[in-house]
Amino acid sequence: MLPTAISTLTVRVLLFASYAETLGLDAIELTFDGGATVADAIARLRALPGGERLPPKPLCAVNLLQVRLDTPLASGDELALLPPLAGG
Amino acid sequence: MSYLVTDQIDVGALLALVQSPERGGVACFLGTVRNHHRGREVVRLEYSAYEAMAEAECGRIVAEAGSRWDVVVALRHRIGELDIGDTAVAIAAASAHRDEAFLACRYVIEEVKRRVPIWGGGGGGGAGQRGSGAEDGRDGSDEVVISSLSESSPS
Repeated sequence: MLPTAISTLTVRVLLFASYAETLGLDAIELTFDGGATVADAIARLRALPGGERLPPKPLCAVNLLQVRLDTPLASGDELALLPPLAGG
Repeated sequence: MSYLVTDQIDVGALLALVQSPERGGVACFLGTVRNHHRGREVVRLEYSAYEAMAEAECGRIVAEAGSRWDVVVALRHRIGELDIGDTAVAIAAASAHRDEAFLACRYVIEEVKRRVPIWGGGGGGGAGQRGSGAEDGRDGSDEVVISSLSESSPS
């Protein structure tokens, strides 16, 4: 397999509630060259217009499970940024 | 099993799911929409959710309760627009004796509040919907003052 075939990583990011309003979107695809962590995705989002209003360490989930920010991402992952929870 | 519902929660039906002749202790918790939040009037409340994760997380919480205690637990959380007094979340826990029923019921509501991605606000929001900007009392909407349920909720 060519190195280039494994060097690109694409994840789908979901934004909810106040975070969706902050960025003016509720879903976006991010592509990285090489590996990336949840923190890398957050940094990319915070570089978007309005993204500086996102907290640097938001609650995050990958594929429906809460994760730490140093969690590595895999291509096809669904990353969700979760505003402070108020369920119940 | 769907833990999230859009229609009114039928508490009697929920209790019926857990009651049985061998389970004599039944604990029930209802979180209802109260009419005030941090000194502001609440007129109605809309819950939005990351539905796929909320369903999965509710399932994990119920399973955890079932593994920690000898109980049967039923859980429903309503999403969408709710009025004052509406039941937003209902938990029924049944066991042979009351101690385990109370413990499991308390565990489930605390974990739901801590882990389930549901937000109360004034205008919907979340992936697939228009964002609301509402969360846990920080919404700036003029028409709809939001609330989040807590220990002080009427029950």
